[in-house]
Amino acid sequence: MTRLLKDGKVTPDDWTHVGDDDALPDDGPVIVSLTRWQAEKDSLAGRNSGLGIRLAAGESPADLGDDLARFQVVALEFPKFADGRAYSYARLLKDRLAFDGEVRAVGDVLRDQYRAMYRCGFDTLEIDRNVSDAELEAAWTEALGDFRHAYQAAERGPQTILRRRHAAPA
Amino acid sequence: MYRYDEFDHAMVSDRVNQFRGQVARRIAGDLTEDQFKPLRLQNGLYLQLHAYMLRVAIPYGQLNARQMRMLAHIARKYDRGYGHFTTRQNIQYNWPKLEDTPDILDDLASVEMHAIQTSGNTIRNVTADQYAGVAADELEGEDPRVYAEIIRQWSTFHPEFAFLPRKFKIAVSAAQGVDRAAVRFHDIGLFIVKNDAGEIGFEVWVGGGLGRTPMIAKKVRDFVAKPDLLAYLEAILRVYNLEGRRDNMYKARIKILVHETGVEKFSRLVEEEFEATRGGDMELPAEEVARIREYFAPPAYEALEDDPQALTARRFEHKAFNDWVRVNTVRHKAPGYAIANISLKPVGLPPGDISADQMDTVADLAEQFSMGDIRATHEQNLVLPDVRQDQLYDLWLGLQKAGLADANLDHIGDVICCPGLDYCALANARSIPVSERITQRFADLDRQYEIGELRLKISGCINACGHHHVGHIGILGVDRKDQEYYQITLGGAPGDDAAIGKKIGAAFSSDEVVDAVETILMTYLAIRRDGERFIDTHRRVGDAPFKEKLYDKAA
Repeated sequence: MTRLLKDGKVTPDDWTHVGDDDALPDDGPVIVSLTRWQAEKDSLAGRNSGLGIRLAAGESPADLGDDLARFQVVALEFPKFADGRAYSYARLLKDRLAFDGEVRAVGDVLRDQYRAMYRCGFDTLEIDRNVSDAELEAAWTEALGDFRHAYQAAERGPQTILRRRHAAPA
Repeated sequence: MYRYDEFDHAMVSDRVNQFRGQVARRIAGDLTEDQFKPLRLQNGLYLQLHAYMLRVAIPYGQLNARQMRMLAHIARKYDRGYGHFTTRQNIQYNWPKLEDTPDILDDLASVEMHAIQTSGNTIRNVTADQYAGVAADELEGEDPRVYAEIIRQWSTFHPEFAFLPRKFKIAVSAAQGVDRAAVRFHDIGLFIVKNDAGEIGFEVWVGGGLGRTPMIAKKVRDFVAKPDLLAYLEAILRVYNLEGRRDNMYKARIKILVHETGVEKFSRLVEEEFEATRGGDMELPAEEVARIREYFAPPAYEALEDDPQALTARRFEHKAFNDWVRVNTVRHKAPGYAIANISLKPVGLPPGDISADQMDTVADLAEQFSMGDIRATHEQNLVLPDVRQDQLYDLWLGLQKAGLADANLDHIGDVICCPGLDYCALANARSIPVSERITQRFADLDRQYEIGELRLKISGCINACGHHHVGHIGILGVDRKDQEYYQITLGGAPGDDAAIGKKIGAAFSSDEVVDAVETILMTYLAIRRDGERFIDTHRRVGDAPFKEKLYDKAA
């Protein structure tokens, strides 16, 4: 069962992923692929409810140009967890492209990557696991706590070790 | 050397606990082998032909006596009493049990060591000139270990770069006019340089590597200022993470991206990323460079003179000692001191292997004669970097007793060799037995000295862990209808005169390959001019005379 994890809590998901061949629901927020967006831009832009885009690995959010501002959600796909492109896409979105909507991880989203995803700027994770809500939330907390510190600056996470070493004494 | 502070300790111990949990989840079946594999690889744990193999990081090749004793302890307690130094300044254990590995990592953590990112598609253990800080030819006041340590920390558990298209190797050197770290054969190679304004920074090379498609790196920038080092590295890594090929693992290294994109366009992409991200949190503060530099401050050398009588008299009396000094020791930046190389290439044994007892001996000798400092080299040897010249004889006696005094550095006996089909799941052919037979054939040291400097490198497959492409003579094991054959390449060189060797002709059978090497060397001896090394002669005359002797049976 796929659930949405936000800030470590299982959260109701209002968004519907609409496949390229599926009919669009009359209302309600939808997430569509880049292909569908490009093919049906005008009708999609005219909808009254929220719009999100799902980008496959290899489809860079930087290529969306001005269209990016139309989306409230950018869902970045992990086709397999060992394909690490989406980490960089998330950072591009948060940093360079100043996207202020929701960056969502979809696809092969596994416990041992929760922390890296969180640090790289993912706001929500879609997780498909056969465990209870409580177990899922516990796994998140545990994964985030794998490390107390971080060497690198990223979108989120503890203040870097570098800064802590050289912070002015209080 | 660098010492961990509370943060470094916390990072490594958190990692051990995390890995302990992952192993437990794997054993309980919560993680599939496919899910576990990249996690264990990021902790240096491979599944080989017969067993797991654990690769332990020796950051930039430096370790102290206490750490060496721990490596000996691990070899005894968890392995079969020996370890294997690799071509990336690391050590591998070939027989650990999966369930023991968290305990091994705990033991390593107790001496500030780890196996983090020694494999997997991550930024690997950073390598450096093995003579860092003691070499007479180093840029004054600069030490590559300072920056290698900074890069080690930056790259450790980098959240964005844990699943790169392929592995990623960085090397640093501050040597002038020589390159002992094969800098141009790394994904990123950094030379510490001084610019026209007298500032210190980094000359950046990208896209070198061996493997299936050997390439010499291209220079992407003449100068990156110190505060920008991490921002620039991060820009390169981000471009690679996004643009590197993921459709074919054999084309996934950054060298292919640079090659296919073209170095101009690749540099432009990096520059754009760099301009957008430099400064702020990405800036490397001068205080941090200063903090780390202090750990590598030169020890208090005594005021001594070169060539003291205690050395020269012994050299005069004792030919074997004199040979060892001439061949295995190198000029030190401090007068009266020497850099002493310990060859791990005894005749007829696997290159780079060392027993637990020998490790303990090296630790003792390092404390007694080298201020406790030890280095591992990418040539699979060890170095005691701070030895008083007047104590070289006593050191040599100690090494000799332990079977560690082979005086063959940079000669044909000093073979570089991968584990090959005796251990490795990727290999097509055995490499260690070929190395053993070559060292037996050329066991006579005087014959080795007659041949002179010769870099012979053997890989058991096309992945080239034995660096055969950069051997003056390279040997590559191939499989032909279940028979082991060996291709010979000539003319490679790893250093400042970097070159990739070329195949001389048809491959040789296992029975023929040692004779072929001998034929090549006999030909060289017959045609060399005064003072020419093998590589010089080959560069002058090309393949033709060697080819003729090797293949023209009628001649």
